[in-house]
Amino acid sequence: MIIFGTALLAVCHLLGIFIGDLLGQALGVKTNVGGVGIAMLLLIFARLYMQKNDKLPKLTELGVEYWGAMYIPVVVAMAAQQDMVAALRGGPVALLSALAAVAVCAIVIAAINRTERQAESSASESMRHDNPLLTDTE
Amino acid sequence: MLEILQKAAVHNELIAAFAVVGLIVLVSGQISKRLTFGRVHGSAIAIVIGLGLAYWGGVHTGGHKGLADLSLFSGIGLMGGAMLRDFAIVATAFEVQATEARKAGLIGAVSLMLGTVLPFIVGASIAYGFGYSDPVSMTTIGAGAITYIVGPVTGAAIGATPDVMALSIATGLVKAIIVMVGTPMAARFLALKTPRSAMVFGGLAGTVSGVSAGLAATDRKLVPYGALIATFHTGLGCLMGPSVLFFTIRALMG
Repeated sequence: MIIFGTALLAVCHLLGIFIGDLLGQALGVKTNVGGVGIAMLLLIFARLYMQKNDKLPKLTELGVEYWGAMYIPVVVAMAAQQDMVAALRGGPVALLSALAAVAVCAIVIAAINRTERQAESSASESMRHDNPLLTDTE
Repeated sequence: MLEILQKAAVHNELIAAFAVVGLIVLVSGQISKRLTFGRVHGSAIAIVIGLGLAYWGGVHTGGHKGLADLSLFSGIGLMGGAMLRDFAIVATAFEVQATEARKAGLIGAVSLMLGTVLPFIVGASIAYGFGYSDPVSMTTIGAGAITYIVGPVTGAAIGATPDVMALSIATGLVKAIIVMVGTPMAARFLALKTPRSAMVFGGLAGTVSGVSAGLAATDRKLVPYGALIATFHTGLGCLMGPSVLFFTIRALMG
């Protein structure tokens, strides 16, 4: 049943947010700490476990994969509701600090990623996904 | 006739949003194919169109939620809001190869740490350069350079003034937009190819909205790896901003 996949995703999502909130409270921060990341880890483990025990029919998988494939449209909707006016009104301080922060981070990213290249660039070739709903996005 | 159509769209807001976003994606796919001959990814164009519409909506209504402030497009707010966005991000984890993710665990944590501290230092220094030399303002603007959520959370915790808060949020928003639009253009420079490189990117670039949109426009397969790390970014920033980072600035500035 396709709903089993979506329900699995929903349970992982809620559980992750819950743990993130608990973590935030324990640390004395007013926000959720990594709830979405925890939910992702839960889903990865759930998938590995269910695959090993042969409890993951294709239809259940599709219930999750549909939402994974809806990701880009959701991001487009997210872009369409950014507060662009406020961002542009921030003036030189906002613009300059954002630009400089991005530039510094970009250089560090490039530096770290270049050290990897020789070592394991071959690994990228084997990378694949098995979500049939994604074939047209490539 | 038009009124009835408008009423139908307003009453079925989320469904209308699916149709509108579908249209945007369709148009950007055509632009990508016909005008750029596939060189610019369709998703990148769709995101830029989205941002453009957000600006138009903001100017039109004076609100803070872009296109979603127009009642006709209020469903965009639901579709692109935190709930469905996080749901879709979590769903992408289904494609993660656990072995790839584990290999990059340590470097991911290191980049997460760097991605919090470096933007903070840059943001706080520039704030100082523009005359915001008290520790509270420097910390708040620096925190805004981490993400636009860390900024106001930190500012509220240490008692920043509203204008500094607004500046801090603006800094985070500009950063998110630069990452969204700039990532596909800088992908080659950033060596964004492997799951590990996407995790380094997710940790350092921070901002979930920037990372998730930037990677989506670069290579959809890298999204889950970057998002996995980036989602810890706001939590870490909110943890460090009002504490370690604020105390450091206060100690430095006397």
